[in-house]
Amino acid sequence: MKPAAFVRHVPKTLDEALKVLSDVAPDDGRILAGGQSLVPIMAFRLAKPAHLVDINEVEGLQHIASDGTMLSIGARVRHAAFHKPVVDGPLGALLAYVARHIAHYPIRMRGTFCGSLAHADPSSEWCLVSATLGATMVVKSTRGERLIAAADFFEGIMSTVLAEDELLAEVKLPLLSADTKFGFYEFSRRAGDFAMASALVTYRLEGGQIVDARVGVGGAEPSPRRIAEAEAALNGQAPGEDIFRATAEAAAAAVEPLEDHQTTGEYRRDLVRAVVHRALENSV
Amino acid sequence: MSTHETKGSGLKWVGRAIRRLEDPALVTGQGRFTADLPATHWVRFVRSPVAAGSIKSITFPDGARVITAADLSGVKKITPMLHKFSYRPVGQSILADGQVRYVGEPVAIAVASSEEAAEDLADLVDIDIDETAPLVDARDALADGAPQIHAEAPGNVILEGTVKTPGFDSVWDNAARIVAINARSRRQNATPMEARAGHASYDAPTGRITLTCTTQMPHLMRTAITDLLGMRESDLRVIAPDVGGGFGQKMSLCAEYVALVWLARQLKSSVAWTEDRRENLIASFHSRDQYIALEAAFDKDAKLMALRADIVSNVGAYSCFPTTSGVEPLMAMAEMPGPYDVQQYQCRARGVLTNTCTMAAYRGVSRPVITFTLERLMDKAAAAFAIDPIDIRRRNLIAKFPYTSAMGLVYDEATYKETLEMAVAAIDVPAFRARQQAARAEGRYLGVGFATFSERTGYGSPAFAARGMAITPGWETVHLTVDPSGFVEARIGSSPHGQGLRTTLAQIIADEIGVAPDLIKVIHGDTDTAPYGWGTFASRSLVISGGATLLAARKVRAKLLKIASHMLEAAPEDIVLENGSAKVAGTDRTVTIAAMAREAYTQTHRFKGEIEPGLTESGTYDPPGTFSNACHVAIVAVDVETGFVRIERFLVAEDAGRIINPMIADGQVHGGVAQGIGNALLEEIVYDESGGILTANLADYMPPTAQEMPPIELHHLETPSTQSITKAKGLGEGGSIGAPAAVVNAINDALAPFGVQIDEMPATPQRIRAALRASSSAHSRASGKPGA
Repeated sequence: MKPAAFVRHVPKTLDEALKVLSDVAPDDGRILAGGQSLVPIMAFRLAKPAHLVDINEVEGLQHIASDGTMLSIGARVRHAAFHKPVVDGPLGALLAYVARHIAHYPIRMRGTFCGSLAHADPSSEWCLVSATLGATMVVKSTRGERLIAAADFFEGIMSTVLAEDELLAEVKLPLLSADTKFGFYEFSRRAGDFAMASALVTYRLEGGQIVDARVGVGGAEPSPRRIAEAEAALNGQAPGEDIFRATAEAAAAAVEPLEDHQTTGEYRRDLVRAVVHRALENSV
Repeated sequence: MSTHETKGSGLKWVGRAIRRLEDPALVTGQGRFTADLPATHWVRFVRSPVAAGSIKSITFPDGARVITAADLSGVKKITPMLHKFSYRPVGQSILADGQVRYVGEPVAIAVASSEEAAEDLADLVDIDIDETAPLVDARDALADGAPQIHAEAPGNVILEGTVKTPGFDSVWDNAARIVAINARSRRQNATPMEARAGHASYDAPTGRITLTCTTQMPHLMRTAITDLLGMRESDLRVIAPDVGGGFGQKMSLCAEYVALVWLARQLKSSVAWTEDRRENLIASFHSRDQYIALEAAFDKDAKLMALRADIVSNVGAYSCFPTTSGVEPLMAMAEMPGPYDVQQYQCRARGVLTNTCTMAAYRGVSRPVITFTLERLMDKAAAAFAIDPIDIRRRNLIAKFPYTSAMGLVYDEATYKETLEMAVAAIDVPAFRARQQAARAEGRYLGVGFATFSERTGYGSPAFAARGMAITPGWETVHLTVDPSGFVEARIGSSPHGQGLRTTLAQIIADEIGVAPDLIKVIHGDTDTAPYGWGTFASRSLVISGGATLLAARKVRAKLLKIASHMLEAAPEDIVLENGSAKVAGTDRTVTIAAMAREAYTQTHRFKGEIEPGLTESGTYDPPGTFSNACHVAIVAVDVETGFVRIERFLVAEDAGRIINPMIADGQVHGGVAQGIGNALLEEIVYDESGGILTANLADYMPPTAQEMPPIELHHLETPSTQSITKAKGLGEGGSIGAPAAVVNAINDALAPFGVQIDEMPATPQRIRAALRASSSAHSRASGKPGA
């Protein structure tokens, strides 16, 4: 369980990092941020990158900043930064609530928000948050910058549209209005394990009726996504047990469940039903 | 809890929860483990990627140091032996020779100058295997026409034990009711915190090899490895340094250690291997993969009259040394009747070879599975008779001692009923039932589960001889020395690796010779310095090594009294040993043990031949065995939507005879219960149909973490054993034996409204949901409306 040999590059500036990445990308170069996923994969020799571009000393990637409409999170921001709300209002509270479900404390001290998105594990809490809230990925390379919507970013299990020379430099999350309600729930067999299903819901109430419903499901399909059928079941309805049950049922029916040795498709649907229902219960 | 009288000492150490003498080093990072040793050469084992097939070729870069079976032609195969039970000896080559029989079997050894380089080289070794269809499940291996895994074992049956008591048929035919269960235990890995590691070094002046490894039985490793390599035992020294847990996995001989000794001799240098977690999970030793069909005959009053069991144990691809593949099926056969009074018994127990990792001992050895099976059956029987699960146990637990089981095992004095009643009272069952009813009305499902069991511990060579083992362990020897400075040193053949024996044996010695435990060193785990012994396994060391320690300490005590008598000019019977001195009772005439020791070595001329020089005595102990017992109770909440089980409360009422150190005893129970809970809910090695393992890391193979552990509530009884001279019984395995049955019985109790029966361990969320779904659809078919 020792990784294959690699060259570690430690750029100090973003430009330098992008240049090195551009140089080594064709030769199997990878970004090293928190290393909480990449390093174990290397130890198992499931990945044998020849070069690691370590961005932990790159200036200008540590920011968590709000411009009044969006929250920007730089590539070096660790999960633990969200243990306390980073911004007033529902978004800060949502991120703090979700953050505590990510793995274990030592992992949260090192792993990064953007690294989690770039790694694109189906169970990733931050991938679910980004997909549900409609994050914008700020992607940089020596060829320039492009913005990618979360809905277009994830391509499947541990797969994104990032080109090999591109760095996910920043993610932008829309701030949530003060009247936004949210609920999150995830299921795993042990505390801190990868979620076997997770759900994040947000909505507002107008005249006692749900509007702007977002229902995201993670861990159940190759990538987290919003479930339109579940959102349709919520919008225009008053919150309540019957409507929450119907929404959960709609989500369970809509997913194309991943299967593995501990999760048949049928069981995954059971879990989706349960986590969506409980996220909704937590939202009121 | 009783207090213990120990003669000759004003200060009693036995029975006190003193801190463990071994811990200061371990908790400050001063422990010494095998993988800490530097080495000139490092190896990586290249393992079979397929479960079955014949090796066509092994290729590697020119000039690379890669060892294959062809290089090991002079090395004997590991061929464990039983002389009973139609045992078919099968051999295991140190490296696969021609055939591979499980994923992970060592095929070649890459040798390089570092672990990284060895792994790089291993990546370049190409094994071409002509793959054949594997057998993963024992039932498939038993099927007519199944491929033969070893030519020596027709039908893939490596052993078959049968027993039938003479009166069985007539009792069976007259039964009022037969209750049956088909229980399944999935495969598990003991998962010690420290995986395996070995380091072999060569001593040029003497030509000796020193093997340092993570073993539970260093002396037997020496005997076994020198047998296989054709060496003199004196040319091999085996050291078990600090060992980070074993749980039985480290009592079997592994081919890797044989290879390391062979390599060190070839290279005349040091060579090391540190197993990684993936290797440990796929290629160390597995356990508990069993099917048990159990039927019980009851009379009209729910009194158990007869048991009939068919035990199928998947033993993997080879037989483990020294216990052989018999370790699980024969334990299951011998102890199936458990704590219940039942004199008629019929059993067939088979060990079945498959293309999976070899099965070996794991804490509890079969008893977690048979206890699970029997205790599930007792709950089903209670339901069939419409009586309480507690009541059926009251009617059937053994209450008169000594009790001779249908298998001829003699149970010494124990407290099966008393611990049950203790647990029942502590739980407050009526209050729980009320709470359970109220919760059900709110759609929450709580359950309580009981498990009562006996745990045979501290058994010596006669008990092992019943299995017909070519290697029959049992006894222990202790050499106890007071050195010329008055400090005490016990050299023991046991090999503790977490059990706290350095402390508990010191407590036993302290009471005999009147010195404080921290002046007593217990030395173990080195064949050059410790007497031959069997190591630490099977809840034996405190009973057997403790007994040998007591015998040696009594001799040292007698000799000290003689010397004191000589030096103080008083009769030995007038002298007491306490606080490091001998004292003439009722006077102020004393002499320190240090002064007596100095006298014993340096002034022996004064003894005028009446006392032998020196101050070393030996004790050897080989007891018949003694039964601990306990009642475990779990209260669980089952989330019926996800199948998740939360353990709200876990209680153990146990009796392990005299307790030498209550803190250490509690720790043993805690650790065992943790593994039992893992077995009940979480831990499962999963093979796919091609024989590959899907659970090769600790995210997929799931031992419980601290966050999954409930607080464990312990209640003690102390029934001094008449079969153990310290009056102590063993308790190393009990925690793991009772917990799975208690937890799964509680799950079934919680789900009683749904009519589901979970008879499989682990009871995973997916299995619970599948059972509920099946019950729900059965319900809707029957009633025409949706079920729960």
